[in-house]
Amino acid sequence: MRRTMLYLPGNNPNMLTRGYLFGPDGLILDLEDAVAMAEKDTARILVQHFLKQGEFGKCEVTVRINGVDTEYWKDDLAAVVPFPVLQGVRAPKVDDANTVKIIDEELSMIEDKHGIPVGRTKIFCLLETAKGIWNAYDIASASPRVAAIIPGGEDLTADLKTSRSSEGTELDWARRMLVFAARAAGVDPIDTVFPRVTDDAGLRKETEFIKQLGFEGKSVIHPNQIPIIHDVFNPTEKEIEKALKIVAAAKEAAERGQGAVSVDGRMVDIPVVKRAEHTLVKAGLLEVK
Amino acid sequence: MAKNALGREIPDFIEGYGKTKPFQGAFALKPEGYRAGGKIRCVNSTCTDKRVSDIKAAIAASGLKSGMTVSFHHHLRNGDYVVNMVIDACAEMGIKNLTLFPTALFGVHKKLIEHIKNGVITRIMGSVNGPIGQLVSEGGMDVPVVLRSHGGRPRAVASGDVHIDVAFIAAPTADKYGNICGTQGQSACGSLGYAFTDAQYADCVVAVTDNLQPYPVAPVSISQVYADIVVEVPSIGDPAGIVSGTTKVTRDPLRLLIAKYASELIEASPYFKDGISFQTGAGGIPLAVTAFMKEAMIKKGIKGSFGLGGITGYFVELLKEGLVERLMDVQSFDLEAVRSIGENPKHIEISADWYANPWNSGAAVNMLDVVILGATEVDVNFNANVNTEADGALLHGTGGHQDTAAGAKLTIIAQPLLRGRIPCVTDNVYSVTTPGEVVDAIVTEYGITINPKRKDLLDACSAVKGLPLVSMDELVSRAHKMSGPTDPVATEDRIIGVVEWRDGTVIDVVRQLKTK
Repeated sequence: MRRTMLYLPGNNPNMLTRGYLFGPDGLILDLEDAVAMAEKDTARILVQHFLKQGEFGKCEVTVRINGVDTEYWKDDLAAVVPFPVLQGVRAPKVDDANTVKIIDEELSMIEDKHGIPVGRTKIFCLLETAKGIWNAYDIASASPRVAAIIPGGEDLTADLKTSRSSEGTELDWARRMLVFAARAAGVDPIDTVFPRVTDDAGLRKETEFIKQLGFEGKSVIHPNQIPIIHDVFNPTEKEIEKALKIVAAAKEAAERGQGAVSVDGRMVDIPVVKRAEHTLVKAGLLEVK
Repeated sequence: MAKNALGREIPDFIEGYGKTKPFQGAFALKPEGYRAGGKIRCVNSTCTDKRVSDIKAAIAASGLKSGMTVSFHHHLRNGDYVVNMVIDACAEMGIKNLTLFPTALFGVHKKLIEHIKNGVITRIMGSVNGPIGQLVSEGGMDVPVVLRSHGGRPRAVASGDVHIDVAFIAAPTADKYGNICGTQGQSACGSLGYAFTDAQYADCVVAVTDNLQPYPVAPVSISQVYADIVVEVPSIGDPAGIVSGTTKVTRDPLRLLIAKYASELIEASPYFKDGISFQTGAGGIPLAVTAFMKEAMIKKGIKGSFGLGGITGYFVELLKEGLVERLMDVQSFDLEAVRSIGENPKHIEISADWYANPWNSGAAVNMLDVVILGATEVDVNFNANVNTEADGALLHGTGGHQDTAAGAKLTIIAQPLLRGRIPCVTDNVYSVTTPGEVVDAIVTEYGITINPKRKDLLDACSAVKGLPLVSMDELVSRAHKMSGPTDPVATEDRIIGVVEWRDGTVIDVVRQLKTK
């Protein structure tokens, strides 16, 4: 599950220590925007130490590296990839499939050097420019390492030469495009952060919207946002009840050799069963197949 | 030198304090004999006006002399002008060697340092915090301070351990015959709960007011039968320091997380049912616990009976929404609480005696289901320290910590595992305020740690899926791992503070810090 992926500034030991306690599905130890230029090395060393001995609970652990257009990204990768706890890197400003390939090659080299199975480190691509969004499908399918694509918020808005509105009009098309590209390529679409950290109602509204679009989850910049997003993404008791019914009916039908079956007066076919199973996975009642 | 029931070494006699009674257990000591009392007065119709011209005239009329004990309440909190005003006047009048017996002191009272240094005040019985705490901790007073809980203080007065010569009662509203009201006037503070015992037991009671109203004022908190002298002054306090604005629930994620776990513990306990009573105070974590509990109460259709202690606007909201039936208010923390206690008959003013005294016919804390408390340190035996910081300096009053912990059926200490780099869970607290036998659970950001003696609670929590239970061993080893070793506090032999348990026995002593 990737309902919530929480950014933790790579230069803040207090937050690095405690991030997992807030129960996000994933953590992003940030070496990029949260860290000032003068602190890049400090943050990298600190994050390296945390990957070595920190606690992360059940979280999926990723590191946001600096962009391939900077002098830091190779050092970032070399510092973090060798640690078994690391499951992926979040790459900023991915504009095209070539950027993915460059990172892929560097990852393979490091993995090989450290005796890590090549391909273990996933890539989470941040699409922060109009060009990146346009190339979304190519990026998502550029490497089997790509686990998710994520639209940019502020950077993308700036690139579109507009500004961020509370309704999110300017990101609307990009979000829809990104969900299509991700689903077509078989990777997760994960939404950008909601920047107004004290606006709980606004966060809930936006999360409901992006869930309806088809996103798997959202990037998070404040721990208080986690329970709200989980609440939106978690199936309701009614949804769970219905899903249990559908899955049971489908199982029974299969045992009797029937293809389709009716539940509460509605025909249940394979897509409906799949959706019901997905609901039960999210509710923690069914293992991922 | 005897060891008390917690193994703390308590001298038989402490210079400036007297003979000690070592702590024997939270409920071990049973009192005997009769209550003490103040001087009998007789006022006839020849006196229809108790006013005097100014504070010095009031001091003179009270008969206050060097060597006596003066008391004050702390309802004006950090906005209080009265303590400084009275002690300044005493100094000018040449009165010395006073015992100060406040219900609590605040930062605004740091001015008293000059009067400690010039000998006007030679003994303090009550909390010392901030700069006064530091001064005392470094040996700045010849006589040890005596720290008592909100219930231990009225017990000490009623049992005769402490005799008040003159009680100066800051009165937000009063009339010329000494009826006192806390809910009206520019310096309104709501409940006057901490002042009641002083009014009842002092030899002389002086009402100091900045809002003199025609006789008789109403409503009345403390009536004319207790007041001997009334004095009008330009101002008794700064309203900005007396009550805060609306108390808001914290947005600090760590505190919210701890509060959520504490609330889940309460929900899992056998006390989470109709009629639940609770005290959560005004701190960041406790207030957030109330917010989470409110959600849970609404969700499960549970209605509480009463909220106790220091009351905030948040509790007032619970009362208005019918989630509690009554508020028992010993101290009103914010404007909403002050307004409510003045208007709503379901919001009851209670005295500190009623609230917490272990030696009366039953204090309100005895009826309490759940209390959420804090502490600067807790140890592996669940003993809590609230009086000193880990560095050994006196910093906080005991408040109602001991009383509510002893009274409540479920006592929860909710606090982060570390403050900065200082661990809050240790092998052995520097000083004990509240014994582990009355503490049921510690809640930190790492989860819920239940006192093994509460097997029932442990079972109840184990039955709830997803409750993060952490053993004390695991918690303390985590604290060790994160903070690394800490140096023991370096002290002199001299005792500068005596921590009394609510029954007057000595639970611990605090020694003078070694000069660095």
